[in-house]
Amino acid sequence: MNAILKDRNSQIVRAGADTKTIACNKPSLAGAVSQRACVFCGSRVVLYPIADALHLIHGPIGCAAYTWDIRGAMSSGPEIHRMSFSTDLHEKDVVFGGEKKLEAALLELIDKYQPKAAFVYSTCIVGVIGDDIESICKKVQALKQIPVIPVHAPGFQGTKKDGYRAACEALEVLVGTGNRPAQEFSINILGDFNLAGELWILIDYYKRMGIHINATITGDGRVEDVANAHKAQLNVVQCSGSMMYLAKQMKEKYGIPFMKVSYFGIEDMSDALYEVATFFKSDDMLTKAKEIVRFEFARLMPELVKYKQALQGKKAAIYVGGSFKAISLIKALRLIGVQTVVVGSQTGTADEYEIIKQLCDEGTIIVDDSNPAELSAFVKETKADIFIGGVKERPIAYKIGLGFCDHNHERKEALAGYEGMLNFAKEIYATAMSPVWKFTK
Amino acid sequence: MELAIKKTETFTSTRNACKLCSPLGASLVFKGIEGCIPMIHGSQGCATYIRRYMISHYKEPVDIASSNFSEETTIYGGNKNFCTGIDNVRHMYNPAVIGIASTCLSETIGEDIPRLIREYAQLHEGEQIPVFIHASTPSYQGSHMDGFHETVLSAVASLANEGATSKQINIFSGFISPADIRYIKEICDDFGVEYMVFPDYSDTLDNPHWKDYQLIPEGGTPVAQIQNAANAIASIEFGTIMNKLVSTSKSSVAHTAGEWLEKHHSVPNTRMPLPIGIEASDVFFKTLETISGIPTPRHHARERGRLVDAYVDGHKYVFGKRAIVFGEEDMVLSMVAFLHEIGIETVLAGSGGESNSLKKEIDALTSGLYPNMIVMNNLDFETINEMVDELKPDIFIGNSKGYYIARRLKKPIVRIGFPIHDRFGAQRLHHIGYRGTQELFDRIVNALIEYKQEHSPVGYKYI
Repeated sequence: MNAILKDRNSQIVRAGADTKTIACNKPSLAGAVSQRACVFCGSRVVLYPIADALHLIHGPIGCAAYTWDIRGAMSSGPEIHRMSFSTDLHEKDVVFGGEKKLEAALLELIDKYQPKAAFVYSTCIVGVIGDDIESICKKVQALKQIPVIPVHAPGFQGTKKDGYRAACEALEVLVGTGNRPAQEFSINILGDFNLAGELWILIDYYKRMGIHINATITGDGRVEDVANAHKAQLNVVQCSGSMMYLAKQMKEKYGIPFMKVSYFGIEDMSDALYEVATFFKSDDMLTKAKEIVRFEFARLMPELVKYKQALQGKKAAIYVGGSFKAISLIKALRLIGVQTVVVGSQTGTADEYEIIKQLCDEGTIIVDDSNPAELSAFVKETKADIFIGGVKERPIAYKIGLGFCDHNHERKEALAGYEGMLNFAKEIYATAMSPVWKFTK
Repeated sequence: MELAIKKTETFTSTRNACKLCSPLGASLVFKGIEGCIPMIHGSQGCATYIRRYMISHYKEPVDIASSNFSEETTIYGGNKNFCTGIDNVRHMYNPAVIGIASTCLSETIGEDIPRLIREYAQLHEGEQIPVFIHASTPSYQGSHMDGFHETVLSAVASLANEGATSKQINIFSGFISPADIRYIKEICDDFGVEYMVFPDYSDTLDNPHWKDYQLIPEGGTPVAQIQNAANAIASIEFGTIMNKLVSTSKSSVAHTAGEWLEKHHSVPNTRMPLPIGIEASDVFFKTLETISGIPTPRHHARERGRLVDAYVDGHKYVFGKRAIVFGEEDMVLSMVAFLHEIGIETVLAGSGGESNSLKKEIDALTSGLYPNMIVMNNLDFETINEMVDELKPDIFIGNSKGYYIARRLKKPIVRIGFPIHDRFGAQRLHHIGYRGTQELFDRIVNALIEYKQEHSPVGYKYI
């Protein structure tokens, strides 16, 4: 048995040792047990938090069943997004076409749930059987007077990343259709999904600085806010993998500049606040940002120092959705004394992998689109103590005696912002210091 | 209850499905074959979603490969991806068996998987290649249970072959927990009989702790036992509900592995509901007695005795209570019969399964004593949600996806079956036999006691 397939070598590099650039943005190898999902998944996770929209999945039942209430994306109001709607295509629909069923489903669901818009996701077989989703959406939109937007997401038409783009394209249809008056110092928060209420933590910081939040896309999202997103002066983009496309399009169409930020870890969180203040060229904002940072830093550091003392010398492996988040995690771990020895992501970019290579200690393994066989071999080789990943990585870690922290979209603890850094440290501490590991050695 | 049905609108769409898709059932069965790695012939997402779903329930690594369809594959056919996929799986996992499940996509574009397997075998003639099992599981046909049954049938039909006579008893135990499977094996060991439990994911989906990562966990039904199924003295099959609307790939006459073995290899088959409750468990033990000629071992007879004793001790807590039961059809059917046995009335029994025979089976098993019970196939959770208020249930019994309804009504829910994503230890829950019934009875009684205690103005320390 061999942990690494020959064709996967180009997607694995070692910091310090390798001069080659990592290959990424490739389809997964056939037969590999990739940790990635598909185009549909990418679009679904991005649009999911829009809470007052109907999300109808056009296809057989699986795609809808597996994404029912899938993320801990919280809403301060309506919760239509937590329902799973499917046209549940059967054999006869596959043979005779699913258009009628789609139309009937849309009409009944819009009547019942009164959403502000509807997203219609096409899944694998829809394209193959030739359903004309566009025209059904147009027809229903005219009838019901709400935006009915097709999301082109057949699973096989690319990778999860292409699904992000499909989601952004669907959002683009909405953006610019609202005509709320613009406000001063207003930003859109792009790419935070309000997992465990993280968005609300961030909004609080921005508000304390005197910034107006125009739209949050898509965490705690509302159709009307998305429609008015073009009224903001700045797009602040986190999770750049999923939202960069929208930010770039909005720059082109509406001239709205964007900046990339991360809200994980003290350093990156503080930078985000400073950069936004700097953008608005406001000394007052900058002063307030500094106050927030000073206050939070003073509050957090004594706690973090305690964790750092306990965790010093521990080694971590990171495998997350995007490489941008991985960068923040490496820094956040360093702050609490933990060295990163494996870093990987499902859909990272070459630039970010390069930053990771520079940032990490020599010998750190950097990997794109990995799988259980590789990951387990890497953590063994590097003697990692803790794994940071998602649900699919958890059993790999636990099974061979590593601690684990869920940093994926099913997390129930807020990990963003200063509060989040403290939670993160607590969680790493809890998993690393548990007495149970003595039985697994 | 006519009223409740009339009041509920009917929907074309499925709202919060009470079923999963067919390849998930296939993957479960493949996980129950020794040395087997499942490969789903379709898009990457299918494998990943199913892995995530199973991992959250079993808390175990679940490796499922994908042939990872691309645009090109979909237009020109999946031959290349299939062969590369198999090569890569062999290279990384070196499996004894590869279980291939189709998907809605590969079926819709007309992939001929048996041909792909034949071609692969020809290409690698002379090499030691894995055993291939193929299940046809398009998710537009039926639910995960149909995929499960299809795969059990496919595996048996493609592997079983006649040889020397054997004393093996085939037990096709249906979709039960790893703990349930271990318990069946313990029972058979105590009887001292030769047996095969298939599928046996009692180890592969509930492994002990490992020192090193096991790419293919140990355990599973050995291929040799499945091959030998044709020579067995008898088959016992749990589950009486088959979706006859779903065409199986192996035979138009046999819908289950037990039926197939009976028709093609004259192995007598006894089909029974999942043995939940005393009466249903008695049927199972009696059948084992009849086949083996050995009386139920004392250890198990005493377990039955203690269960009767518990029924008596607890009967007043449960009598007359109203239950809502949902999940897989066979699980629902057996639960309703068990609840009937202890004096709980099921007011709604529902499943996303599509056999349309749930009502008939429930009536048969409960002697038609509940003419008012609402029994629904093709049901989704929102339909339950819209009906429950008027049904005034005291308890919900089903998988964790129904939690939100119980929460809204502030009523207890006892979690059984699959998936259990919001409680710990799903893989260790027992459902069947005297032991499983005991565990279920305790949990139901305690849920009702806890509810009563928490809603009592007096903080009783004894109830």
